[in-house]
Amino acid sequence: MTVHLSAGSPGSKQSVSSRVFDIFNYLFFGIFTLLCVYPFYYIFINTISDNTLTAKGQVLFYPMGVHFSNYAQVMKIQGLGEATLISVARTVIGTVLSVFASAFVGYLVTKDKMWCRKIWYRFIVATMYFNAGIIPWYILMMNLHLTNNFLGYIIPGIMSPFNIILVKTYVESIPAALEESAQIDSAGYWVRFSRIILPLCMPILATVTVFTAVGQWNSFQDTLFLMTDRKLYTLQFLLYRYINESNALATVLKNTGGNVNINLSLVQTPTSVRMTVTMIVVAPILLVYPFFQRYFVGGIMIGAVKG
Amino acid sequence: MKASGRNGLSKRLVLPEKYQLFAMLLPFLLLVFVFSYLPLLGWRYAFYAYRPGFPLEKCEYVGWYWFESIFSNSYQVAEISRVMVNTLAISGLGLLLNCIAPVFAILLNEIHHRPYRKTVQILTTLPNFISWVLVYAVAFAMFNVNNGFFNQALMALGWIDKPVNVLASNKNVWGTMTLWSAWKSLGWSSILYLAAIAGLDQELFEAAKVDGANRFQQILHITLPGISPTFLVLLVMSIANLINNGMDQYYVFQNALNKSSIEVLDLYVYNISLGGGNFSFGTAVSMLKSVISLTLLLIANGAAKLIRGSSIF
Repeated sequence: MTVHLSAGSPGSKQSVSSRVFDIFNYLFFGIFTLLCVYPFYYIFINTISDNTLTAKGQVLFYPMGVHFSNYAQVMKIQGLGEATLISVARTVIGTVLSVFASAFVGYLVTKDKMWCRKIWYRFIVATMYFNAGIIPWYILMMNLHLTNNFLGYIIPGIMSPFNIILVKTYVESIPAALEESAQIDSAGYWVRFSRIILPLCMPILATVTVFTAVGQWNSFQDTLFLMTDRKLYTLQFLLYRYINESNALATVLKNTGGNVNINLSLVQTPTSVRMTVTMIVVAPILLVYPFFQRYFVGGIMIGAVKG
Repeated sequence: MKASGRNGLSKRLVLPEKYQLFAMLLPFLLLVFVFSYLPLLGWRYAFYAYRPGFPLEKCEYVGWYWFESIFSNSYQVAEISRVMVNTLAISGLGLLLNCIAPVFAILLNEIHHRPYRKTVQILTTLPNFISWVLVYAVAFAMFNVNNGFFNQALMALGWIDKPVNVLASNKNVWGTMTLWSAWKSLGWSSILYLAAIAGLDQELFEAAKVDGANRFQQILHITLPGISPTFLVLLVMSIANLINNGMDQYYVFQNALNKSSIEVLDLYVYNISLGGGNFSFGTAVSMLKSVISLTLLLIANGAAKLIRGSSIF
């Protein structure tokens, strides 16, 4: 008993078991996708719903009593504006420096003429495979005065051996003739790098940039280890504290809620603050992801080549 | 290696250039040295009774005391055993996830409706790019005991009478941690397999069809063998990382109730040192951990060489 379906290659025979399989397969992926997406939708509808309903957990499938004051109000919470600034600053500065270093170093290590090139390249790449551990690292950071210092977010992350390998592999694929055309004009390495190599490397640098920026934005551990100064807290760290230390959040709300707000549905509750901050922290990823999706996916492919 | 020694004259002219190139690299090498090699010096803290805030010279030298205490002090033995069981259990379940990823990819590849497949792929990959803190925020919103979606929905349906505290519970911690890992990374890890499947010789499938093979036979005899090299390499790499679970995930999900089952090695080192103040013992434990994971890495690399005929590193 066979039926003809156009699903596969045209005219291919599909058995009943094959069709049953298809139904369950489509269903399975539908459910899995929903599981991946629904939490974000759920949190979002809660941030724009009546805060008294949200606190009771009554907003489950669609927004109720829609208002948008949570986003404006939450920024009034002491420290949140600063944390946003810190998160944005570390992402921008950290990414620019790290991508530049990956590009320049990735270019330099392709130069056979360099003194002991192979040794230095291995010196960099070897660091992917060992780690002194968090305590020696913490003590070093303390001795370098990078604890409670914004530079502690930036400097340790500048060198990324993995990204350097990616760029190096890419530069090696660029025909040498392109670079040599500038050599004839006796241009220095810096000019050759910035005028010829850098523009040609844009595809790989886009991938490296996306991954570095996401890594910087998502970083949590370094704040936990290095920063006790509240002024240097990142959004990720504040969000963690808001979820786990309800006392801290209650105090914060008490301090902010000095103004008497008569409309209870707009008054900030711990739940509304948690969800709104979650939405603010996840927003850059959600907004950037659809546009850069191919770079995200491209990253793992290039990475896979080298392993 | 390629260009050098072609003729002596050009080599002499190039001489300053090789140092010039090195000079440009030097600042970056210094960064690598300071942040990756210099910390290794800190391993000496494992041989002292180090107290934060005191210079090392003023601390007592205790030799191998901390290392011995891992294996001789009965309290420590029990603690380390508990932590190792957690570590290996969670890593073991992680290996299981490694086996699910290719299945996920094969099934997804069987979806012939292109837009549907593309949408699934994009949306299931998304959670991979949010931090563990955000995963925890999502978990909290969905499962918290007061007003989380899960409890509210089940109570509305009348399936449960009172809320279940999923997050603050010592039950099924290994399982829930694995499920969160799956939620975050299953879509992402299947991408490699999808690429491997796309790279298979399409003529094999055509030939199989001509010979009367149905979909399931094609999967069994062409797709599965085709992606097994990818699978083996990834498996070997995760074996190399058997005791490197990282700490972000377990730190954010950790609470007083689930601590005894969620403490993996990386989290334990953090908790006893930066959390508990015992820096020297923490360093000793993480030193042992580094040695073991380097050994695992070398074994894994050797295994990969045997399997593929080329090393993965």
